[in-house]
Amino acid sequence: MDMPVNDYIFLSLALFCIGVMGVLIRRNAIIIFMCIEIMLNAVNLMLVAFSKFHHNASAQIFVFFIMVVAAAEVSVGLAIIVMVYRHSHTVDVGLMNRLKH
Amino acid sequence: MNWQEIIFWILAVLALLCAIGVVTSRSPINSVLFLIMTFFAIAGHYLLLNAQFLAVVHIIVYAGAIMVLFLFVIMMMNMNADTEPQKSQLVRFAGVISGGILLVVVLAALKKADPALMSEKSTDIGLISNLGKVLFHEFIVPFELSSVLFLSAMVGAVLIGKKN
Repeated sequence: MDMPVNDYIFLSLALFCIGVMGVLIRRNAIIIFMCIEIMLNAVNLMLVAFSKFHHNASAQIFVFFIMVVAAAEVSVGLAIIVMVYRHSHTVDVGLMNRLKH
Repeated sequence: MNWQEIIFWILAVLALLCAIGVVTSRSPINSVLFLIMTFFAIAGHYLLLNAQFLAVVHIIVYAGAIMVLFLFVIMMMNMNADTEPQKSQLVRFAGVISGGILLVVVLAALKKADPALMSEKSTDIGLISNLGKVLFHEFIVPFELSSVLFLSAMVGAVLIGKKN
């Protein structure tokens, strides 16, 4: 009935790398946000696996706080994206280069 | 192969395929739906790891609140596959290669590690009574600080979102 913790490490590593690829290859700011959520969830999954591995509840509390911070981050980030869209009518991160000039 | 491993592999394949679907699908609505499927698969993993409280909170927070927010914004902006900005083939190829190299490097570093089994004893740490005791005894200050964080996030979102 025992699962090796290595399987969970590999699964969360693969999810994290898919998130990294998504951030690198997409230009839509909202999709980039979703890929960041995938990366956060990969880390959460690894923390829960280690929590069961070490019989320690602190990791699950840490995952709880990560969810709290992710919710706050998404609300502020989507507000910024809506403001940028209202200002320049695009969510293409390649066109958001006002600060460069 | 016992039932636990079978469920693990089904959920793992589902999560990975849906995550790839998030990255590759052209329409943002399809991306959101794939992401909801990924979150449900991860909640299944939490249940498999005996973290029942986290599984429920994950469903409520992510599938219930965050994804609704994403869907709402996407529908408000009226995005579809035609207006989707695309990067050039070279940049996409470079992104996939660099992400794959990250995967291969860490995988090769961890491949030699001994397979450590998670034992079955004391599986009740994920229940809400134990987590509540730990949260309100050891982590009471971060818990209160997170309420301040939520308040400031709410004020910031309202200030940014309102028309001047």
